[in-house]
Amino acid sequence: MEWEVVIGLETHTQLKTNTKIFSGASVKYGAEPNTQACEVSLALPGVLPVLNRQAVECAIKFGLAINAHIAPRSVFARKNYFYPDLPKGYQISQFELPVVGKGAVTIQVPAVGKNAAYEKVVNITRAHLEEDAGKSVHGAVEGMSGIDLNRAGTPLLEIVTEPDMRSAAEAVAYAKKLHELVQWIDICDGNMQEGSFRCDVNVSVRPKGSEKLGTRREIKNLNSFKFMTQAIEYETRWQIETLEDGGTIHQATVLFNPDTGETRAMRSKEEANDYRYFPDPDLLPLVISEADKARVLVNMPELPEAMKARFEVQYGLSTYDANALTTSRDLANYFVETTNFGVDAKQAANWVMGSVAAKLNAEDKAIVDSPISAQQLAQLLKRISDNTISNNAAKQVFEAMWNSEGEVDAIIAAKGLKQESDSGAIEVIIDEVLAANAAMVEEFKAGKEKAFNALVGQAMKASKGKANPTQVNDILKKKLSA
Amino acid sequence: MINSSLKQFGELLQTKKISSVELTQTFLNRITQHNPSINAYIALDEAKTLAQARVADTRIAAGNAAPLTGIPIAQKDIFCAMGWKTTCGSKMLANFVAPYDAHVITQFDNAGAVNLGKTNMDEFAMGSSNETSYFGGVKNPWSFDRVPGGSSGGSAAAVAARLCAAATGTDTGGSIRQPASLCGFTGLKPTYGVVSRFGMIAFASSLDQAGPMAKSAEDCALMMNVMAGFDERDSTSLNREKEDYTRNLNLPLQGLKIGLPKEFFAEGLDAGVGKIIEAAIAEYKKLGATIIDISLPNTSLSIPVYYVLAPAEASSNLSRYDGVRYGHRAAEYTDLMDMYNKSRAEGFGAEVKRRILIGTYVLSAGYYDAYYLKAQQIRRLIAQDFVEAFKKCDVIMGPAAPSTAFKAGEKVDDPVAMYLQDIYTISTNLAGLPGMSVPAGFSDGLPVGLQIIGNYFDEARMLNVAHQYQQVTDWHTAMPELALSKEVK
Amino acid sequence: MALSIEDIKKVAHLARIEVSDSDAAATLTKLTGILGLIEQMQAVDTTGIVPMSHSQDLSQRLRDDAVTKTNLRDEFQKNAPALGNGSAEQAVAGGLYLVPKVIE
Repeated sequence: MEWEVVIGLETHTQLKTNTKIFSGASVKYGAEPNTQACEVSLALPGVLPVLNRQAVECAIKFGLAINAHIAPRSVFARKNYFYPDLPKGYQISQFELPVVGKGAVTIQVPAVGKNAAYEKVVNITRAHLEEDAGKSVHGAVEGMSGIDLNRAGTPLLEIVTEPDMRSAAEAVAYAKKLHELVQWIDICDGNMQEGSFRCDVNVSVRPKGSEKLGTRREIKNLNSFKFMTQAIEYETRWQIETLEDGGTIHQATVLFNPDTGETRAMRSKEEANDYRYFPDPDLLPLVISEADKARVLVNMPELPEAMKARFEVQYGLSTYDANALTTSRDLANYFVETTNFGVDAKQAANWVMGSVAAKLNAEDKAIVDSPISAQQLAQLLKRISDNTISNNAAKQVFEAMWNSEGEVDAIIAAKGLKQESDSGAIEVIIDEVLAANAAMVEEFKAGKEKAFNALVGQAMKASKGKANPTQVNDILKKKLSA
Repeated sequence: MINSSLKQFGELLQTKKISSVELTQTFLNRITQHNPSINAYIALDEAKTLAQARVADTRIAAGNAAPLTGIPIAQKDIFCAMGWKTTCGSKMLANFVAPYDAHVITQFDNAGAVNLGKTNMDEFAMGSSNETSYFGGVKNPWSFDRVPGGSSGGSAAAVAARLCAAATGTDTGGSIRQPASLCGFTGLKPTYGVVSRFGMIAFASSLDQAGPMAKSAEDCALMMNVMAGFDERDSTSLNREKEDYTRNLNLPLQGLKIGLPKEFFAEGLDAGVGKIIEAAIAEYKKLGATIIDISLPNTSLSIPVYYVLAPAEASSNLSRYDGVRYGHRAAEYTDLMDMYNKSRAEGFGAEVKRRILIGTYVLSAGYYDAYYLKAQQIRRLIAQDFVEAFKKCDVIMGPAAPSTAFKAGEKVDDPVAMYLQDIYTISTNLAGLPGMSVPAGFSDGLPVGLQIIGNYFDEARMLNVAHQYQQVTDWHTAMPELALSKEVK
Repeated sequence: MALSIEDIKKVAHLARIEVSDSDAAATLTKLTGILGLIEQMQAVDTTGIVPMSHSQDLSQRLRDDAVTKTNLRDEFQKNAPALGNGSAEQAVAGGLYLVPKVIE
């Protein structure tokens, strides 16, 4: 039987704020245990929550970015359960009335093998504000767990998709797109290592063609795209094998073990939960007006889709190039900055997506860490267009600049890469080449076009590669037809 | 002297006829003498209290005194007070020392008042007799075999026995007004949101409201001037202009329209109590008020609604007491689950556990709509009853409690009978309205309170209505014998 | 809706309150009485009535995103309970609150 995997994601994005969602305690990462756990974070008796404006604005920003309905009135609810990292015994979240309603994200699924790349729309069901839990630290004291509540109360936006994805590749493409988007609009630092962006992936399988969803298992807390691919692929295989062996899938929460590449059900979640959601009486309804939205919109950067369209029109770039250049805000900024120094956009695009991207990839660096600034790249490209260096020589200069060997012109001079553009000097060289290669000249005159290229090659060789190839072509053509 | 009004205490202090240290010591001595039998206070710290009195004396000397500067006030043990044991009447918090002040405590500190001690209460404010306190019951100063009411039973007994100049209380379903009625003094539950809940240990967040418990309406007005006020740490705190609650005290009552809801005088009301309320109403007629018959048709539903909503909120509010970061942790346990189960089973008393279980049940899967949602809908009906009523009258009057103080142990095993104690008070909590209990006489030697319910933010008018009554009656000055006997040297 | 011993046990488990069998029976009697009181609500037609969560129709106030809290860990941890199981020491180590091992 042919199977189809159905995937939905719930992503916890930590919002970029200075303080917790319901108190003025710092959310800085890496502090000593419990030094950022104020009386509200600790749920001491009598303390109360007050909502952080910045967290709300982040939520509005996200809603606007995905063209979602932003609830004029949303409600905070308590999700009740006991866990040592949950100090109140309930998590303040949103349940029936979330701040962000239905929206959509367009993803680009890359080509795999003989399957071409394609675009797909992933529907967002909702996004809601909630507080993070603390952390359990194991091993500090034998047989005990240590509770650190620094993270408790950190603002999160939980973004939930429809079960729209049909492969690990689609799920990862969505996760990557979302990861870029939340950084693009500056609501999340995107640091997956520190847990600022964590995905729960719901996976189920069903016979291809079936309308009915299979029973899903939820893979918790994936914090790398690599693990996400591995976990989904393992889980999918496991579910299919289980069903083919006549077994049944039970709804469960599972953890992915990167060491074994396997998933296993969480013991703490074995029993069915009854969260007893109800509206938090300590908090009033969150009201968002049109004016609030307008205020947030003022600070909204140009979104990737809009920028992509603009790149196509303004710079005459292909859809493919425009897409590639808008995968991250930093990359797009780098490209735009390069063109702002007065270089040709297509040339800039080729270099940014070519040499620059290749280097970044090879060294696993982000564009902001590029040793060559946009200004420096522009300088290099100018030296190509003003015929100071050839394209080939430019590659060598680029290498040297990447290794921080100096500025463009200094490298050209040091490496003697400046090309010969004095037509008198080139004529002298060509005359010498023609004299030394009479046989080739004859062949050309006899109609052998190839001989022309051989003569160009000889001239370039004679100039030690420094002659401007366009000029060599032109002069040679003139002389041969004389 | 101990029967003086807050205004009189203030005059004595500011004219230096007495120092705050002397006044405070007088009350501390009375507490030492009477508290062992009454059990009104569960935390006393003479050194801290007297240090505050000394600071107050300095302030008075410097001429910066506020009306309550130097006056000793008893604080219900539901309010966190920095450095004080704050137990909420529970074994769960028996060793909890508050590391911060409740907003109410800060307000009294700023006013220069002296914290006389923390008063006994029903555990987590759940009770109407003070019998659920981990620290034992409180005696009604009018009759030691009877309860003072609850949950603010310690504050009630302290005010009645003149073991403080005034006290604070909290009222979720009647916990200021019912004990005020049973102990014969004046108590006010303000409009929800007028007094900050920050640092006040939560029972049912959408209903809890702190208020003054004092001898007279005038005293309550002065207390309100200190307690009320916006606090940005409480999302439900109302950002309103500061008001002077004494401003209307002396207005005449001519033309006042008093609504009498027929449901407050129906079956279940003790005949003796009913007679006294009628007499009080007659007094108001003499003061120029007109009486209007009104109806609050959903009154009887207030109890079921309350006993869904309050336990539901409480079950969640009390989840933080898990023995992890503070509070009681079981001495022996096998694993995490066992630690939770035992710590909470041991740390909470029977009534608190009952309410947590009820609250958990009504919120649990499959029951939410039938109980919680339904209760919230009826809550709106109850609130609308008042909206209609206040179209016809200025204030609503009736009894604060269905009977006088009952005997200790009488209802302790019958939660439903106990819950009916709050029949006349709960609906105002559900609506968020202000309510008062004012001493109106005695039935068989036990005090009876007249309840006055006002419209939202109408506290100043209610205090006026009560004050005018107290100008022509002296029920509020009556002291139980224990107090009188000590006054007569 | 009649309450059973199983209901009591289930709810007690959700609430993390240990109840012995005899406690459960006694609790059942009392809770049945309270539920009887609550059942009066079912007679009311509440079709179309908007549930009331708060007594006033107000919206949530927002707080500026400024750090106002300082580190009071030592102060707060003075209230930490005794570890238990024979140890009277406080259930804290290295700034962490100690609990029996959490199994994920």
